[in-house]
Amino acid sequence: MALTGVEIFKLLPKTNCKKCGHPTCLAFAMKLAQRQASLDACPDVSEEAKRVLGEASAPPVRPITLGVGDKAVKMGEETVLFRHEKKFVNPCAFAVEIKDTMSDGEINKIAEEVVNSELDRVGQKLRIDAICISNASNDAGKLVAAVKTVAAKAPAVPLIISTGNPAAAEAAVKIVADKRPILFGADESNADAMANVAKANKAILGVSAKGLDALSALTEKIKGLGVEDMVIDGGARSAKEILRDNTLVRRSAIKKNFKPLGYPVITFAQRDDSMLEALVASLGIAKYASIVVVNSIEKWKNLALFTLRQNIYTDPQVPMQVEQKIYKLGEPTPDSPLMITTNFSLTYFIVSGEAENSKVPCRLAVMDSEGLSVLTAWAAGKFTASKIAAFIQESGIENEIKHRELIIPGYVAILSGSIEEKLPGWKVTVGPREANALPAFLKSRA
Amino acid sequence: MAFTAPTETYPGKVFEVTIGTDKAANFGGENVLSFHSFEGTVPNRPVVAYEIQDIPPDDWPETVRKVYDGVSGDPVTWAKHCQDKLNAKAIALRLLGTHPDRENRSPEDAAKTVKDVLAAIQVPLIILGSNNAEKDATVLVAVAEVAKDKNCIIGKAQEANYKTIAAAAMANNHKLIAMSELDINLSKQLNILITQMGFEKERLITDPMCSALGYGLEYTYSVMERIRLAALTQNDTTMQPPMLGDVGMYVWKLKETQAPESDLPQWGSLEQRGVAWETLTAGGLVIAGAELLIMRHPDAVRAVEKFIDELM
Repeated sequence: MALTGVEIFKLLPKTNCKKCGHPTCLAFAMKLAQRQASLDACPDVSEEAKRVLGEASAPPVRPITLGVGDKAVKMGEETVLFRHEKKFVNPCAFAVEIKDTMSDGEINKIAEEVVNSELDRVGQKLRIDAICISNASNDAGKLVAAVKTVAAKAPAVPLIISTGNPAAAEAAVKIVADKRPILFGADESNADAMANVAKANKAILGVSAKGLDALSALTEKIKGLGVEDMVIDGGARSAKEILRDNTLVRRSAIKKNFKPLGYPVITFAQRDDSMLEALVASLGIAKYASIVVVNSIEKWKNLALFTLRQNIYTDPQVPMQVEQKIYKLGEPTPDSPLMITTNFSLTYFIVSGEAENSKVPCRLAVMDSEGLSVLTAWAAGKFTASKIAAFIQESGIENEIKHRELIIPGYVAILSGSIEEKLPGWKVTVGPREANALPAFLKSRA
Repeated sequence: MAFTAPTETYPGKVFEVTIGTDKAANFGGENVLSFHSFEGTVPNRPVVAYEIQDIPPDDWPETVRKVYDGVSGDPVTWAKHCQDKLNAKAIALRLLGTHPDRENRSPEDAAKTVKDVLAAIQVPLIILGSNNAEKDATVLVAVAEVAKDKNCIIGKAQEANYKTIAAAAMANNHKLIAMSELDINLSKQLNILITQMGFEKERLITDPMCSALGYGLEYTYSVMERIRLAALTQNDTTMQPPMLGDVGMYVWKLKETQAPESDLPQWGSLEQRGVAWETLTAGGLVIAGAELLIMRHPDAVRAVEKFIDELM
């Protein structure tokens, strides 16, 4: 359990020296309890207090970075169980499995798919984040060869090297020791040797056990051997087990501050049926996995999984926004209608979707309203006649279209007169209040 | 430090609802979050209903429309196909043809369609209006009467029209969908208004409004999680009806389910992309708490059923 303000206060010098910037030690303790201050701010704190508080104030899920450079993946640092409480912090990484029994051609093909997997969605660049190379052959030589092939083809992609054989692990991890890979496969039988390989190569250690009891004992043991950075696997493979274990791990870490399970979780979602695999991966996204491993990365599946991850990891307190600009829907001509709305992503998606459904080519001016929907933006003074007029004039749209007619959302019909005053030569038409009436509206004018 | 599983028990429980008569279906009844059978009871799996409509699905995209070629011209044939060939556990008949902007069919026409479909199937029927609040108030009253005692679900009752629809559902012994727009408080308020009319809360199904993957799914997801947490942790009985995800109609109008691969090669196969979109939208909602889904593509339904098999 995290320490309360009063418990923290007892460990502080109680001098009220104000050097930390807070009026009293108690006030500072309260801020520490809320994770809004850092213990470093206190110059007089004892070593003992640092140790106790350091342990208690560490994030409940240890922050760990997989890989290096632009494509490194941050994991851990989560603070809640439900996304409406607070933003989920580090989006889970997707890793595709490459078995060292595959041919060179197959390995190269998958590595290339990973390199080319990047997609852009609502301004974010999304990709398959990592490759998991597994020692299916049980042959150290084959694992080394596969790692070399992947490292040559996809040098920037973070790697997970999966083997239970410490000798194979040593040989394979050495090749990418400067790239902060995960060495997956420490278990009760090989923990000492695997911990040594991870330490020597600064790798993150993937720890696997049957059940959360055994897993807790094992991470404690490995921590005692000097390995701090681990990702954990309690052996769950069916959707039911994944939901149970990932929930219990997250609850233990967050609600009990139970350190032995305070590590990022790796979820193995591999299925032969690609659609079912997508569903199990989606369970990993929603339920607390930091890494989800899959068999295949078809483009359609990537798009769907990237989108789901984006949805789940969106900050619930900050509305998603789309870029302010004039969007073309279909292939509009200079005579096609021009509509305006706000830049709340849902507003944009719904309005553009209905307009596209109408099959009437048109332009949709999306104005920056700080992500508010039409009525809210109007009430907050972000969607006013003068702002709309300024946006239309500065957009340069007058050079692209022949007509001078602007269709505004029905909810802000009240603005029509004042927009016409501020946009000389323009006619303002009041459109429907709800987007679902747009197809009929647009068709009736076409 | 030894591990103790931090399981949780809750004071509240979701109402268990039974629909249909011959081949009845049950859903809800759990006293834990979705599929959390490690700490409580999950007596029923979510029910997936196949969506059909009273007019041919001309506005459905090719990927899902062609699956029903040859049967979708007539709602009775279509319903039997879903029941007999696709093993549908329930059918959701959307009376889209009654919408004033579509064919503006009369309540009597709608009632006849419902009667014919009911005569042809044994699985439970969900009867949906065209989502025109005014028209639904007349159409759903007529169909509720003709379906009397068949233990159907009637929907959707919204703030603007709940009184007549709830009264008709009550008089004819049906369950009722109460839909509000993506807000836990609106949802609670509508459930209260309907129960204040004397409608039993145990016969309600909450529709907090669906949204599709990439198009606001996170809002539906979180509203569902919050409704379920209120039902369980606060034992709030107004939040204890099971929840509906009306997935198909929100998914099969998006660019992602329609744009050909030739236009957007980076998006991959249109066929599988469309199915994946419906599959993952539905999957997300059952994880968040939905107990009843309305879906269109048989491949998506099959994938979701397999997923539920694994979760149960």
